[in-house]
Amino acid sequence: MAQATVVARRSSREAAGRRRLGAAVLLLLPFFALFAAFYLAPVVYAVYQSFLKVERQGTFGAPTDVFGGFDQYARVFQDEAFLASFGRVLLFGVVQVPVMLVLALLFALLLDSGRLRFKRFFRLAFFAPYAVPGVIAAIIWGFLYSPSLSPFGWLTERVEFMSGSVILWSLANVTTWMFTGYNMLIIYAALKAVPPELYEAARMDGAGAVRVAWSVKIPLVRPALVLTGVFSIIGTLQLFTEPQVFRSLTTAITGTYTPNMVVFGTSNIPNFHLAAAFSVVLALTTFALSFGFLKITQRGVQP
Amino acid sequence: MSIQAQAPTERRPPETRDLARGVRRRAAGQALPFLVMAVFTVYMLAPLWWLLIAASKQRSDLNSTNPMWFADVELFGNIVDVTTHRDGLFLRWMLNSLLYAGVGALGATVFAGMAGYVLAKFQFRGRELLFNVVLGGVLVPATALALPLFLLFSNIGQTNSFWAVFLPSLVSPFGVYLSRIYAASGVPDELLEAARIDGAGELRTFFRVAAPLMAPALVTVYLFQFVHIWNNFFLPLIMLRSESLFPVTLGLYVWNSQATQQAPELRTFVIVGAFLSVVPLIVAFLCLQRFWRSGLGTGGVK
Repeated sequence: MAQATVVARRSSREAAGRRRLGAAVLLLLPFFALFAAFYLAPVVYAVYQSFLKVERQGTFGAPTDVFGGFDQYARVFQDEAFLASFGRVLLFGVVQVPVMLVLALLFALLLDSGRLRFKRFFRLAFFAPYAVPGVIAAIIWGFLYSPSLSPFGWLTERVEFMSGSVILWSLANVTTWMFTGYNMLIIYAALKAVPPELYEAARMDGAGAVRVAWSVKIPLVRPALVLTGVFSIIGTLQLFTEPQVFRSLTTAITGTYTPNMVVFGTSNIPNFHLAAAFSVVLALTTFALSFGFLKITQRGVQP
Repeated sequence: MSIQAQAPTERRPPETRDLARGVRRRAAGQALPFLVMAVFTVYMLAPLWWLLIAASKQRSDLNSTNPMWFADVELFGNIVDVTTHRDGLFLRWMLNSLLYAGVGALGATVFAGMAGYVLAKFQFRGRELLFNVVLGGVLVPATALALPLFLLFSNIGQTNSFWAVFLPSLVSPFGVYLSRIYAASGVPDELLEAARIDGAGELRTFFRVAAPLMAPALVTVYLFQFVHIWNNFFLPLIMLRSESLFPVTLGLYVWNSQATQQAPELRTFVIVGAFLSVVPLIVAFLCLQRFWRSGLGTGGVK
């Protein structure tokens, strides 16, 4: 009897299993169809385009696309403007990302310390800039940097924020302003997820607030720090909106200021094959750097 | 969770000279955090305050009066000016942004929720492979997709159309990732079994049982995607030529470029427009902030 029920249950389970499979396909289909069309296809297409080159029949003949092997990639690595733009965003990232993440961590720890009054207000105030789109943020700061309009006249008289040597850090300031509060919230959420008993144990052992933060809290929020680090690296290499907005305000920003601006400019010429090769190299570098960062920071942490 | 507690191992008895220091430290421990946060609050809010002030001024007061305080308040008149300029082009842009981001994020959330749920709760061959492909998608920068998307759309003659910006925004790999994690822990198998025994079909089980339980994650996915689309500048910049299709960010970008080059009278429009485009977003954000935090926690502590 018991066996009969098991058998009956199994066969009805198989029928249900088939129905479930149909439902699963139906639920998966919209996302994966769109994913294939708007993620996979463009990636494949960009790689394909990057291996083509334009050939003309005679000087004025009709252009045709032919297979060019690694020709475009050879041009990418000989393009000094592109390499310079890479160096620029790397310098930007090496300075801006640590500054921003250390600030975000500090603010998150202060919010979490239990000693801060008006916590809710501070949380809202710090997060507010994240609600400002990149274009708008750049427009606002563009005005704030301009000597004729800026409320910080005493500063804009001394520092030319839009000049060649300072502009990179003026851009870094815009990015820091926008994303510090966002990163703070990610880290703060991770801190909130830690069971309070862990802190109590440390405090019973005589650890002060700073010691608890350093030895207990920071190691515990490491995954959140890694996450914000990866997102920041990706964001840095993709820098485009803010310098593109500043471009109309200053000559210090050229059309090849960041790698993405190189891609944009090249596709406007238009030379799609070369632009595709730029895109591929940029995407692979982004991938390698964020993946490498992930590996390095996770060394020594148990899975 | 891949985290482990590291409790300090040595026990330190409090020493007497530490006590006096402790009292001083306690006072400093209250004031110092407040001071640090207060200073940075000024940094965070001053630009927004300036925007409000500048948006409220007449053009002639912009250069000549205190940039951080009100002069003659003309906010209402300025808003009328910017919204009626060129037959309400600015309002059109706001509406476009709302369609791209509001509706696009809704679709993306539903699709990501469905896919994430299946990847969490159904066993089938190739499941992990699919999930890893999606995870790879999280790391593909949106700007790397924009150019090939333009080429693909131009092959079918659909660049400079609403769909060229709208359709790609329906995809959120991060949403699938978040939905899967949340469904795995937040939707109990027993409940799904119970629904099935009661005769509910699989789709009905998802929409009636699983989706409500996944609500916190879904709200987070919606907010993330909304912001992502609202802030996406590269794709519309490459795709769109007709001003009537612009999202508000692209529109203001064009006005701003013109204001600095040939049409300085656009400057007040840029300022007031920026103000109008930011206020609803900030208000919405502040109201929905608690959802953000719960969702961020889900994603952050992997």
